[in-house]
Amino acid sequence: MKIIRSMLFLPGNKPNILIHGDELLADAIIFDLEDSVSISEKDAARILVRNMIKDYRPISSEIIVRVNAIETEFFKKDLREIIPLKPFMIMPPKVSSKEMVNDIDAQISEIEKETNIEVGSTNLICLLETAKGIENAYEIATASKRVKALFLGGEDLTSDLECKRTKEGNEIDYARKRIVLAAKAASVFVYDTPFTDVNDDEGIIQDAKYAASLGFSGKSSIAPRHIPFINEVFSPTIEEIKYAYDVLNIIEEAKKKGQGVVALNGKMIDAPVVSRAKKVISMAESIGLNKNIINDSEGL
Amino acid sequence: MEILSSAVSGTMESSDCMVSVSPGSGKIEIQIESIVLNQFGDELKKTIENTLKELDVSNVKISLFDRGALDLVIKSRIECAIERAKEKK
Repeated sequence: MKIIRSMLFLPGNKPNILIHGDELLADAIIFDLEDSVSISEKDAARILVRNMIKDYRPISSEIIVRVNAIETEFFKKDLREIIPLKPFMIMPPKVSSKEMVNDIDAQISEIEKETNIEVGSTNLICLLETAKGIENAYEIATASKRVKALFLGGEDLTSDLECKRTKEGNEIDYARKRIVLAAKAASVFVYDTPFTDVNDDEGIIQDAKYAASLGFSGKSSIAPRHIPFINEVFSPTIEEIKYAYDVLNIIEEAKKKGQGVVALNGKMIDAPVVSRAKKVISMAESIGLNKNIINDSEGL
Repeated sequence: MEILSSAVSGTMESSDCMVSVSPGSGKIEIQIESIVLNQFGDELKKTIENTLKELDVSNVKISLFDRGALDLVIKSRIECAIERAKEKK
């Protein structure tokens, strides 16, 4: 699956915003049919997003669609329109238990069968935004093979926790760590909640750096201007990529020589270091930084 | 498809359009207001006609207030207005 660093929410019933989605540098665009669309316009947004994906599909960004919650009358209608268009992932909101994932899974399978789509091919990024959802993060992540990622929704979570959402984010700190741990244990990707102060550039950088330090795979945003900051924070640096190639080279040489233990710059290279190096290279290549570009940068 | 009531869809925001439909008098009657009417009037009419054909609607009064919307946006707003007008109010 393509590596995603940044995700940008776009309101599903705003053509003037949707048509610019492809220019905003986000690795994934989230077409939103849920919170940003009023109840009276759910039908209009569903049709518009369906036609956007069909006739004006972004080229440089993957498409995720946040559908309405399973308990609403809109959920099944959303799925029926969106699944046949094979988006990168579907984001069901307020996921709180493995039973709910199983229910979503069954409804998607039904639509896949009806529309002659390979059963099981529709992927999910589950939005966890309730205390119950955070508590059940691991069982949600492992409830279905469709679940490829977990996503932390900070705004609704703080409402459920009956506390104030702050810039510092102390109130969601436990949830962040818990959801990362659950996602890693389940081997799925995990994405952080948006930083909601649109005009605070230093704030988004610090918030993204903190999320990256915890192990999040990437971060979402409601503001296009945050996307370049998020991309930079979640990208490996040239030095990190060079080091990763050096690690793999020295391991390869050691194998040829039959050496069991090797060191690079005086530091022992063990399995976790090799694993991290492979992840860095995989990430670098997915964002277009291959070995040749890295070698060329040495002269800079 | 039969149009049973009047309905509206869309907005007057830039890059959007507003579509209103109501039961016709045995044919399709089209009215267009657009900031690009002189340049794209024929294309707009064609988009409306093609969309109505796809939706199997042949008896309707339809008005399009265009604010520079892409084809897919116009098609979406027409489809939504027609869906809303299918129900008797």
